[in-house]
This record gives sequence, C-alpha cells and structure tokens, in this order.
Amino acid sequence: MAMRWLLPEYFEDILPEEAARIEALRRRLLDLFASRGYELVMPPLLEYVESLLTGTGHDLDLRTFKLVDQLSGRMMGVRADITPQVARIDAHLLNRKGVTRLCYCGSVLHARPAGVAATREPLQIGAEIYGHAGVESDLEIQRLLSSALAAAGVRGARIDVGHVAVFRALVRAAKVGPECEAELFEALQKKDVPALRALTRPLAARLREALLLLPELYGGREVLALAARRLPKLPALRRALAVLRALADAGSGARSARAATLPMSFDLAELRGYHYHSGVVFDAYCEGVSGAIARGGRYDEVGSAFGRPRPATGFSIDLRALAAAAAPAARPAPILAPCNGRDVRLAAKIAALRAAGETVIEELPGHARHRRELGCTRVLVKRGGRWQLRPLKG
Amino acid sequence: MSTRTVRIALSKGRIYDETAPLLARAGIRAQDDPETSRRLVLATNRRDIELIIVRASDTPTYVQYGGADLGIAGRDVLVEHGGEGLYQPVDLGIAACRMMVAARRDFDYGLAVHQGARLRVATKYVRAAREHFAEKGVHVDIIRLYGSMELAPIVGLADVIVDLVSSGQTLHANNLVAVEEIMPVSARLVVNQAALKMKRAKLQPLIDAFAAAATSGGARRRAAGR
Repeated sequence: MAMRWLLPEYFEDILPEEAARIEALRRRLLDLFASRGYELVMPPLLEYVESLLTGTGHDLDLRTFKLVDQLSGRMMGVRADITPQVARIDAHLLNRKGVTRLCYCGSVLHARPAGVAATREPLQIGAEIYGHAGVESDLEIQRLLSSALAAAGVRGARIDVGHVAVFRALVRAAKVGPECEAELFEALQKKDVPALRALTRPLAARLREALLLLPELYGGREVLALAARRLPKLPALRRALAVLRALADAGSGARSARAATLPMSFDLAELRGYHYHSGVVFDAYCEGVSGAIARGGRYDEVGSAFGRPRPATGFSIDLRALAAAAAPAARPAPILAPCNGRDVRLAAKIAALRAAGETVIEELPGHARHRRELGCTRVLVKRGGRWQLRPLKG
Repeated sequence: MSTRTVRIALSKGRIYDETAPLLARAGIRAQDDPETSRRLVLATNRRDIELIIVRASDTPTYVQYGGADLGIAGRDVLVEHGGEGLYQPVDLGIAACRMMVAARRDFDYGLAVHQGARLRVATKYVRAAREHFAEKGVHVDIIRLYGSMELAPIVGLADVIVDLVSSGQTLHANNLVAVEEIMPVSARLVVNQAALKMKRAKLQPLIDAFAAAATSGGARRRAAGR
C-alpha cells in the first residue's frame, strides 16, 4: 500500500524548511530584478510544441514532456526552459521598439534529468534584455547575475565566459558540412583532443591548428591575447574577441571600483546552447554545487523565429540548487501565544509583534503536549495584567 | 567538495597498475596499495590529493557528479556513459586493447551482415554495439550480459559478441574469432567540467603532468616497437 505515495523518479516534495529558504530567495531575487526595471512575466506551463520548441534545437526537444491537447488534438509540450517563452512574449506580444527588460520565475519539467541525480523539476528564475545588441547589455546582465548570486550569499562564485562566434567563424572558414560541424562541436564540448585531432585531419593547416588550439584556450585574460595572436584573423572572430576584451576590461575596472562583479575566466571552446546562442555565452559556478549554478548568453536569432528579429541576452538560475548552496538566512524562531478569545490587549500585542516581523502562532486548545513540533522558543504570558515574552522551556 | 583537495577516481587492476607510474612521475604516491587495503579513499604523499577506488564503469559517474575532480577511464566505459558533463582532454595510451565483434569460427559473419538478417548480439557495451551496427545498417537485438560473453555464441544465446580483446587468447580458447574492429580502446583522463573552472590552479598542473607522461610513454612504447 505504501507504494501509493511514491513519487516518480527525480521528483520530490519540498518540505517546510527548504520551501521557506527557496521562497525567501525567490522574493529577494525578484525584488532585485524589479529594482533594476525588469518586469515580471508569467508564461503558461505548456504550449503547442511548434511555439515551445521554435529555434531552440534538438536537446530541448528531447528534454520536453509531451502530451496531446484534448481540445484541439494538437501536440503540446510542458516547458523545459522558460527563456524561449519569454522571447516569444517580447517578439510577438509586447511589440516594443526600444529596450525591454523581463524576468520570470517558475517550474520547468525535464523528461530526462539534466545530470547525475539532477531534479526533473527545476525551479527556473531568470532575467532577459531585448532590443540591445551591444556589449553594454551583456555587461548589465552579467552584473545583475553577480548581484543575484551575492544576494543569495553563495561562496566562491565565478563566471566563465565564451563566445560562439569563435568556433562558428572557424567552421564557416573551413566550409565543413553540418555533420562534420556537429562532430567537431561535440569533441570541443568534451575537450576531446584525440577526437578533434582525427576530425580536423582533412582541414587546411591554418584552420586545423586553430581548432586544435581551442580546447587549450581557457583560463584568465591572457587567453584572449593568445587567441588574438594565434587564431586566424577572420573578421567575425576578431569582433568576438573584441567583445570578450570589453567584458574583461569592464570586469577588472569594476572590481577595482568595488562594484558588484564576479571573478571572470574565459573558455573559447565553451559552446553550450550553440544552436540558439549567437554571441557571448557564460556559466556561473560556486562552491558546493557540482555543475554550473547559472547559465546565460546572447541569442539574437530566437526572436526571428517568432517573426521579429530582436537582439536578446539573459541568464537563468535553478533556484532550488541556488537555495541549497546559499547561506541559510537566520530567521528568529516563532513565538507561541495562547488561543485568544476576547483579550483585546493580547490581540494588540500579537498584531504588534507580527507587524515587527515576528512569527506568532496561536496555540489551539488541547495541543499543549505537541508544542515542541511548532519550534517556538518564546511564549507570550500575562504578568501583572500585561502580555510579555518569556523563554519557552521544552 | 572542498576547493582545496583534489580527488582522483581510479579503478583497481589494469588502470590502477598502469596509472601509478604516471602518478609517480608527477610526484604523487599512494600511501596504501588498493590490492591489499580495504580502504576506498587512499591518501597520497601530497596532502591536497587523494585517490578514490571505484569500479571501472562507475568512474565517469563519480567524476560527472563531482565526487572526484579527475578520473581515469577506458574509452569503452566513456562511450557507454556518454561523456556528458566531462572533459576528456588526454589519451593516456595505457590499458590499450580493442573493442571487437567476435563470432564462432563456423559463423559466416560477412554473409549474415550482407543479407541484412537480424543479428543477436551479446555484450556489456550496449551503447557502443548499438551505434556500431546502426552505422552499418544492420538490425540487431542486444542481449546485455555482465561477463563471460564468450559463452553466449557457444550456447546459442547470441550470434556474435561485442567485447574487449587484448591478446585474443580467451576468444581462441573458446573457439571464437574476432571478425570486426569497432574501435581501439585506451584509458582517458576525464575532468569534471565545473572543477576545471573552480580549481584550475590546482588541476592544470596535474593535467599537464598527465599529458606529458602520456606523450613520453607513447614515445617509449613506439620506440619499443609496440
């Protein structure tokens, strides 16, 4: 009979303590986004697959739960990523001409978990800027991410930045077919140098050397100088490096000015989301989390899939992973109050405590024995006609 | 895991035996011998480096999850795992063998494949086998076994097997012949992706040491005519 209450694999209930942490963090981050002009949107949980998966690539398709709409007979998908939905809202619904800043928070479902022991129901929170193509918006989004991680209180946060145009420029110059491009892409993602060596054998020496150099181009700022020196001088590639240099400059300048920014490293073989990203891509890491805690980048092409090309850049975080890594917020234990019938003074005292941010629980009759379960450390007692707080002894 | 310690996942037997000299060349020596000790976490002469002893096929999982920062795993194991979340920058050239299709001496493999008959394949390398036959356009039913694959064609459980072959003696002793090579196999250094970003200062010297040891090892093997 106990089998009845088992949840499917990689799904879980979030119990009070963790739920409180996640919710506190959700509010803190959405307030932070709001304070910088990011407007909250709430896209639906499911959509027809045509719009849900437009311009996003095969990976997301495989990760999407699908079902048939009994009203229309059409295939629907449960969102596995909210970013494309927000892009659709910007391109198709808002129709603004200038810069639009949007943010969101909601559950997504993954038909297969994204990693070892990863949940199939991440709680995705993120922010996006539409309508600006320059490096300034990439910078704004990275600073916002930096502030969000600081607000969560994670330790050792850092950001790793790449640019998909580096690889794209090289494969375009090499004029390889889509199949070979996919194989090169996969080898680079794994920094699989032996496979890369085999795949690049038929290419021109200059491009072969460049592609073989990419897996080594990770590390600090010096990587950008090395790339500028050793990689072919293709226009798209030089533009990409210039953008990365600008981000590095802004990062180091801001750090000396003590503004919020994360320690930055570069990885020119990092191509996550290559199929829909079009420029800068980045991952953030912190102590206590085995994968990336946040991911983001520029995806100028996704809007055009919805009929209106719009420059776009943003990031998303799995709020549950972030809450697990975040410093626990110290919240005072609740106060126990007697069940109140007619005592106006007691009611006023309780209201005053609650207004001051305390949690006050009114004890219902007959449950004094179970007090401990409530976790209260203080109790309201009447002394000389006045209600006062006293320590609660277990 | 702490950002101060580096953990390396290894499996007992051939991988450990052939990795120990590479580690020694990088100045790392285990304090215990995994063959005699029951410990699964081995300290080394370096306080900031420890080894964990895992089953060979589990190495990619431990490293992907971040239970270890580095690991050494055969290409056979990596293909089965899929390699998600891992960097695999160095072919160490150790624990070398080949993944092969083998059949009974009297089985006409060429004809079976040519006719497009459905082939029954016994293996523990399910993914590698499926991909290999899919690429050839051969329909297969895969039977997953955990060991002693050579038995399957003998008792008629399968037409062919997919297994690792180094000397070929086991095949020979059981009247089987290798009929096709799927891929050469050797051990790879695998790296947790997040660890490489978070602990690059600690990991990079180790990765470089492994790469250098692999190159010199390869040169020596070539010189010895192997």
